[in-house]
Amino acid sequence: MIETRQLTKRYGDLTAVDNISFKVEPGQVLGFLGPNGAGKSTTMKMIAGFLAPTSGSASVCGHDVGDQPLKAKSALGYLPEGAPSYGEMTPREFLAFIADMRALSGKHRTQRIDDVIERLHLNGVLGQPIETLSKGFKRRVGLAQAIIHDPAVLILDEPTDGLDPNQKHEVRSLINAMAKDKTIVVSTHILEEVHAVCTRAIIIAQGKVLADATPAELEARSRYHQAVSLTTTNIAAAKEAMSRVADVAAVEIDPQDHRLTAFPKPGKQIFGPISDLLKAQGIPVSELQLESGRMDEVFRTITQGEKAEAHA
Amino acid sequence: MKGPIFTVFKRELASYFATPVAYVFIVIFLLLAGTFTFYLGNFYERGQADLQPFFNFHPWLYLFLVPAVGMRLWSEERKSGTIELLLTLPVTMWQAVVGKFLAAWAFIGIALALTFPIWITVNYLGSPDNGVIFASYVGSFLMAGAFLAIGSCISACTRNQVIAFILTVVVCFVFLLAGFPLVLNFFSAWAPQGLVDAISGLSFMTHFTSISKGVIDLRDLIYFLLIIAFWLYASAVVIDLKKAD
Repeated sequence: MIETRQLTKRYGDLTAVDNISFKVEPGQVLGFLGPNGAGKSTTMKMIAGFLAPTSGSASVCGHDVGDQPLKAKSALGYLPEGAPSYGEMTPREFLAFIADMRALSGKHRTQRIDDVIERLHLNGVLGQPIETLSKGFKRRVGLAQAIIHDPAVLILDEPTDGLDPNQKHEVRSLINAMAKDKTIVVSTHILEEVHAVCTRAIIIAQGKVLADATPAELEARSRYHQAVSLTTTNIAAAKEAMSRVADVAAVEIDPQDHRLTAFPKPGKQIFGPISDLLKAQGIPVSELQLESGRMDEVFRTITQGEKAEAHA
Repeated sequence: MKGPIFTVFKRELASYFATPVAYVFIVIFLLLAGTFTFYLGNFYERGQADLQPFFNFHPWLYLFLVPAVGMRLWSEERKSGTIELLLTLPVTMWQAVVGKFLAAWAFIGIALALTFPIWITVNYLGSPDNGVIFASYVGSFLMAGAFLAIGSCISACTRNQVIAFILTVVVCFVFLLAGFPLVLNFFSAWAPQGLVDAISGLSFMTHFTSISKGVIDLRDLIYFLLIIAFWLYASAVVIDLKKAD
């Protein structure tokens, strides 16, 4: 479990993290979203015990990070931004070092090291200095290091940054596999990731929490929520037909791929009526889709709305 | 042995030998120590069975070589970001500072120990006072530790190793010659006599010379250990202050 209470970090006049309070329970995967420089990493560094907050506090599994740092750190697995590691060491040496620092010993230690090597597919590179490895392997070594002591709480700062799509998929599967009984916080600015791994998302910008909801709830805030989009050869007729459906508020054509999108009036369902009407009129539709909402649009509205206010 | 200090120590010491740095350092150290002793110190021509010409040059050798070891202690951790990894492991700040320092100190100790052939040589040539030689080795090692502790603190101030090196050399130079006119004249013009005396008492050279005469005085030992403790404490304070940058 992670809890922060009015967590604040100031550098001189700049407030990097402003009064952030939240609580994450076991079984939850919290996605930490926000533009660069929003305060995501600073918040994570304070929970991990690397930076001391200017005011407020954080606790990990009930241990206050400021008062009982060693207990809090022992319960926590942390992947810092950029997955730093000692470049001259090999993954085997590095993991052995972390295991020793985590006071693992005997058979359990060997088991845990073998387990993370297996889970992150590090077998092929165990004897190479980490600095000679590809970005993907470096990141996996960083992840292996974070989960080696099977921590109850896991904080991962941009775990998939710089990975190729296959590697991203693997890391997400790994997070999902661990999610059941752990408390996990993941920061990212890849929005599709929120859907793939998170049960809850917090959007922060300029150090403040702007939204705290499930991914589905966030998507419901989108203009595209429950909208219907389609591709057709007879654009004019389709547009005309869709506009006539009672609950349609507007119809738009994408200037690039000429895809038509019909937006519903608030709280209305338009998929059925549109589908029926198009069929009745015999308009050829190659593909018809009910949109759940666009995360990137919600993200932009939430984070830039704040900026616009700040400039005003 | 177990515990975070030992784990940090072991990793750090191994890292010296994982790259050519350790070997280059040891070879240069031994070459310079030998050159100074035989050419500048007139080891043979003096016709005395002692190691004074060898130990006399240690302060000057350390002035440049120890900062080269110390400069990477924390600068590199900060530059590569591993400082964040290290300090979020269950380890206290002082354990990390002490573990890393001891590793670097042990490394210099290894280089110093490898000068043993000259001890054998002098015993072969004559019959030196081995007690004095032993005391000199202890004094030399302690002085290296004091230089290194200064290096640890300055290395914590910057992520740039070159800056760390140069500043460490300058600060070490001041401490080395604190008892000499070069440094004292700078203070005696305006500072009260008490302060000038205090500064002159801080000189590495004075304490090292007194130990290498063969008398291991408790005060000299305490002096070096206090200097080391002070600079390591300062390292921890600086790391804490500058972590966020």
